[in-house]
Amino acid sequence: MTMPIIECRGLHKWYSGVHALKGVSLAITRGEIVGLVGDNGAGKSTLIKILSGVHRQNAGDVLIEGKPADIRTPKHAMRLGIETIYQYNATVPTMSIARNLFIGREPLQWSLFGIGLLDQARMRQESVKAIADVDLHLRSPDALVGELSGGQRQGVAIARGMHFKSKVFILDEPTNHLSVKETNKVIGFVKGLKTQGITGIFISHNMHHVFQSCDRVVAMARGEIVFDKPAADTSIDEVHDYL
Amino acid sequence: MKRFLKIYLEKPELAGAVLLVVLVVLFQLRSNGVFLSAENLRGMLGLLPEMGLVAIGVTVLMICGEFDLSVGSVFALMPMSVAIMLNADVPFAVAVLVGLAICALVGFINGFVTLRFAIPSFITTLGMLFMARSMTVVISGGFPPLLPADLPTWLFTRYVGPGGLIRMSFLWFGAIALLMAALLSLTNLGNWIKASGGFLEAAGAMGIPVNRVKITCFILSSMLAGFAGLVQVLRLGSPLPSIGDGLELQAVAAAVIGGTALTGGVGTVLGAIVGALLIRVIDNGLVLTQVDANWFKFAVGGLTIFAVIANSWLRRTARGIRVDQHA
Ligand SMILES: Nc1ncnc2c1ncn2[C@@H]1O[C@H](COP(=O)(O)OP(=O)(O)O)[C@@H](O)[C@H]1O
Ligand SMILES: [Mg+2]
Repeated sequence: MTMPIIECRGLHKWYSGVHALKGVSLAITRGEIVGLVGDNGAGKSTLIKILSGVHRQNAGDVLIEGKPADIRTPKHAMRLGIETIYQYNATVPTMSIARNLFIGREPLQWSLFGIGLLDQARMRQESVKAIADVDLHLRSPDALVGELSGGQRQGVAIARGMHFKSKVFILDEPTNHLSVKETNKVIGFVKGLKTQGITGIFISHNMHHVFQSCDRVVAMARGEIVFDKPAADTSIDEVHDYL
Repeated sequence: MKRFLKIYLEKPELAGAVLLVVLVVLFQLRSNGVFLSAENLRGMLGLLPEMGLVAIGVTVLMICGEFDLSVGSVFALMPMSVAIMLNADVPFAVAVLVGLAICALVGFINGFVTLRFAIPSFITTLGMLFMARSMTVVISGGFPPLLPADLPTWLFTRYVGPGGLIRMSFLWFGAIALLMAALLSLTNLGNWIKASGGFLEAAGAMGIPVNRVKITCFILSSMLAGFAGLVQVLRLGSPLPSIGDGLELQAVAAAVIGGTALTGGVGTVLGAIVGALLIRVIDNGLVLTQVDANWFKFAVGGLTIFAVIANSWLRRTARGIRVDQHA
């Protein structure tokens, strides 16, 4: 068996009284696309927030490519190659596409103690390419993200992860608030991960979307994993029985 | 509509700049050409740096999503501390550096308390407004200390430029304004400031050290206010404990008139300057056109409300566009 790219062992998380994760263990192999489903409050977001460095577990371990990883900050997660696409869309509407693509990871011409002059020419060039690569057709990298539709904004967030060569994409309900057409675009992107050998964790309320795009279905309920099967060996009805 | 919104988001100071031109023309006509005379310009531009520096600091802080109401008090505290040090025979340069360090400390406390206890900076800095003012009065000992006669005051007050139109302080102001504008639009720190104010959650999720960015802005705001206070005291020749009273609100007014969004993320250094200049122009223009000078605050107040209404209307429209596209 190959070494999992991400492995969780016995993760626990308490939010002052709420036991949100009760010993979650999960191993994901490279290139796998995992659909994570479950009712509201099941603990899906909590699990992925631990993987993306937003929260820390109270007990248990996370291993990245077999090595124990203490993911303290979002920056740290990104450095480990984990990129997260949030439901609320982590782009800044008042800033341009080019600037959004490089937020927190700006290319600099020179710097002193980490603060320095932006390489704006490079930011614009590379953002044009990054956006075209995810099949997004936008006029100019100088357009403000606030002018874009919700789907285009998720596209920018996705292009950002692709540009920085992330190994693992986590998408937490990325299609909420999107139109059908735009949702299909995001689903298409999730499917596309597979062909590029990128690992994906896709959280969605919509079983159809999960079954369309994922290799494996994992269901959570009340802070625990209650179901875990290859998508080909199960059905929407069977998953529903476990929730 | 979208284009209009885009212009506002990219050049938020545009409306203020247009208004500025209109007022200048109006005052120039009504004052029979006195308004733009060299002598009047000299008076007006001589005072601009003091208010302008404070407005720039407040604007940058507002862009990152926070407020500073303590700038008026820090404006008095810094030169008062310097005056007391000078009277204790501390060299001028050292006294100024220590004074600036005191400002930095005040800014740090403002930021640290705000973020550590997750309270609105409006409240933290309101508290600091009283505390810093009180400290100023206490250390002054009730009556203002005299400034030594041998200070390099010329560094700030001497008239320079064609026809002696501007004071040295204006050069400091120009240099600092350029630096701050460059910081905001050309550096990664500027990016982080705008991102922190534009959408804090996204900034944090993208790994920006948002707390450090905000504390930096609090410190900048305090230091600029203190420096501006020093400039005023050197111009007036004596450190009164009451200077800068009400300046915090004028600075917020200048920022807002210059297009800075109260919600953060949007604003420019140029906007702060336009706002500060507008306030100076109104002040001076009313006097020249022999309007009762007591209308000054009325005009600034009206303009501020108008600017905020315009801003929030644009913002609501922006949100409206977004909702449309989600549906
Ligand atoms: N920041 C938080 N503070 C307190 N409780 C939280 C927080 N985030 C989530 N919870 C609680 O943890 C549980 C799991 O939530 P979450 O991980 O968001 O579930 P899901 O994403 O599956 O809907 C819920 O009971 C929720 O109320
Ligand atoms: Mg969730």
